[in-house]
Amino acid sequence: MIALDNVTLTYPGRTGPVTALAGTTLHVRRGEFAAVVGPSGCGKSTLMKLVTGLIRPTSGTVAVEDKPVTGPVKLAGMAFQNANLLPWRTVLANVMLPLEIVPPYRQRFSRDKAAFQDKAMALLNVVGLGAFADRFPWEMSGGMQQRASLCRALIHEPALLMLDEPFAALDAFTREELWCVLRDLWQKLGFTVILVTHDLREAGFLADTIHVMSARPGRIVETRAVDFARPRELDVCYTPDFTQLVHELRGRIAEARQAA
Amino acid sequence: MKMKLSAEDMAPVAFTVALFVIWEAACRLFRIDTFILPAPTDIFAAMVKYWWPLLKNSFVTLWTTMAGFAIAVVFGIALGIVVGWSRTIYRGLYPVMIGFNSVPKVAVVPILIMWFGIGEIPAILTAFLISFFPIVVNVATGLATTEPELEDVLRALGASKLDIMRKVGIPRTGPYLFGALKVGITLAFVGAVVSETIGANAGVGHLMVQAGSNFQMPLVFAGLMALAIQGILMYAVFAAFERRMVAWAFRSSTGAGG
Repeated sequence: MIALDNVTLTYPGRTGPVTALAGTTLHVRRGEFAAVVGPSGCGKSTLMKLVTGLIRPTSGTVAVEDKPVTGPVKLAGMAFQNANLLPWRTVLANVMLPLEIVPPYRQRFSRDKAAFQDKAMALLNVVGLGAFADRFPWEMSGGMQQRASLCRALIHEPALLMLDEPFAALDAFTREELWCVLRDLWQKLGFTVILVTHDLREAGFLADTIHVMSARPGRIVETRAVDFARPRELDVCYTPDFTQLVHELRGRIAEARQAA
Repeated sequence: MKMKLSAEDMAPVAFTVALFVIWEAACRLFRIDTFILPAPTDIFAAMVKYWWPLLKNSFVTLWTTMAGFAIAVVFGIALGIVVGWSRTIYRGLYPVMIGFNSVPKVAVVPILIMWFGIGEIPAILTAFLISFFPIVVNVATGLATTEPELEDVLRALGASKLDIMRKVGIPRTGPYLFGALKVGITLAFVGAVVSETIGANAGVGHLMVQAGSNFQMPLVFAGLMALAIQGILMYAVFAAFERRMVAWAFRSSTGAGG
């Protein structure tokens, strides 16, 4: 579904051109849960912007659904470390925002508002926010805001969900809770995910495939299939195989940092 | 919520009363001539005696202020959106606006009077000129500081620049705009009165100049008092308006944090 082939991205920095990605190749199948891990500043976020078409590569090709990406792809939902909810809208209205923008929903928005509200409520119920739909984002905790942010990223049923360290600012317990929320949503709705993270346990628990990036200029130095049985429970994180996986990934990233 | 008034609620009243009491006491104690500084009792007496001219001229000042301010709001929001929309326009127009804003508006009033004659139009235009700048700057700032990640979220949905402005830019400008309105209305008021004192045939500024040339100092001060009351009321109206319109920007104590 997603194919980056030999992608290089250079942009003008303050002290001369900066190469964020050099010859990156990455393939993600439809419905796959892919995680990208790497040392900080390795161009993981750049990778996200390339896939969604927010920026264009300097060389190489980016294709989504077998079509080359020439502009914003319009089928992606995104969530970031910061929930970025609009403080003047209730949680429900925040979640419905994409429906006001993405066709064909936007044309029908005023007519089918009630139906869309039901749809948003159903999604909020799945993540356990049903009772908080009329709250404002600033009345909620960080974890709850992040749940709402996930709902906003998914309400228009995107084929692709892009997550840029969405749980990095949360405490350990909330983070594990939200791993399970994301796992359940993914299993229920079957979208494709690219999760950018620096949390190896997060990648190991959630992903089908883990791509390790090198330090800047970034490229994929290793791709690992994760074959723990689905559905996974948090207990899987405490098995020897899991520890082994995290340990090996840890080693690869240490090498990647050294190489810089 | 109890209806009992706390010391904090009473403080503004207490301080105002104290100010007048000290003023009155100072005038009596040091036998200050009414012609130099009238005591509050003299001023209040003048306010009662001349209530009709004061009220009539206050209305003139009020309407010229509001007319000038209304133009400033419309023009300020429009220009603010244009400036906030594009970095090029922002860069190009900003120095011009700074330069324009640096010119003391008192210096412009004689020109306006030459162009439009003595009357209400120079007052309206001065009120407009003095108050539109903070509105432009605040609206433009509100638009220009939209979170880039939020813009990415919307652009990845295929949102146009106009969509982003409508859904995010303009609503988030609200607190900046209403803050600017509060400052702007008092500035507009200053502009109208300045223009009236230089050349007008009505308004509180005009009344004060006339009273001054007739050596009626209590009436001059009564005029000042009328201006102060109007100023406070207008500020209060816009502050209340702000609270109503952008309540979300006053979030603080109720939140769970985060």
